[in-house]
Amino acid sequence: MPAYTEETLAELLRTLPAPAQAWVHAAQEIPLARRGLDEIVERARADRAFRNALIADLELALEAEGYEPDPLLVEALRARFPS
Amino acid sequence: MEVLETDAQLVARCRAGDEDAWRELVDRFSRYVYAIIVQAFRLPEHDAEDVFQEVFTRAYEQLDKLRDDDAIRPWLAQLTRRLCIDTLRSGAREGPGEEAVFEPAGVDDTIAQLDEALSVHDALSTLPGNCQEILDRFFARDESYRLIGEALDLPSGTVASRISRCLVKLRTELEGRDSASAPSGG
Repeated sequence: MPAYTEETLAELLRTLPAPAQAWVHAAQEIPLARRGLDEIVERARADRAFRNALIADLELALEAEGYEPDPLLVEALRARFPS
Repeated sequence: MEVLETDAQLVARCRAGDEDAWRELVDRFSRYVYAIIVQAFRLPEHDAEDVFQEVFTRAYEQLDKLRDDDAIRPWLAQLTRRLCIDTLRSGAREGPGEEAVFEPAGVDDTIAQLDEALSVHDALSTLPGNCQEILDRFFARDESYRLIGEALDLPSGTVASRISRCLVKLRTELEGRDSASAPSGG
């Protein structure tokens, strides 16, 4: 059994600093990306009318363009394009 | 104290398409993957971010190939290791070569230490929230007593004594785990 002195524990806790929160969020959103998040964000960057439509009414804009307004996808997009 | 879901249970939920489980899995292993990249392989930050994202992307895509759900940790370590070597190899602008050529000395020892550190973090996540926060702020984020005191509205002396008490709780949790997993002898 390892001897967990206070110093050992302190050293082991220091060994694992957290990566940038943005990296962790991006990795957590991989399933969303698989459902089209990347494509929608990219398109909104390139197409001002689509971006404005997303800001005005996100769910309606998605449906109008044939995207399934999945709740997690909508939540992630709302964070990027607040109305 | 909170009972931590096992790695195998978490992987099984991910495999079933539970996206909350995927977020939890990333949360559980993000420090470990990051530490392998920057401590064992010493990749610079811009390469580290690419490898970090690629590890989790491949893990998501290939989770069905994992034969033993309990082996998610070594599987992620191996995946991270391979991607770090690929990055070092492409940076060296040379043709394919022995992996060992691109692997810094002491990688195995560093990963072994990170394994132990992750076990300590797992134990930490079962402690009460105030202990998790204060130990994480002091040790992992390297915040001063003063900064922690301001954030948590505590006098510095209380911060110090709380850290000490929480370390005792953490040690008790770890020693309980070790004795529970020790062979019964005979």
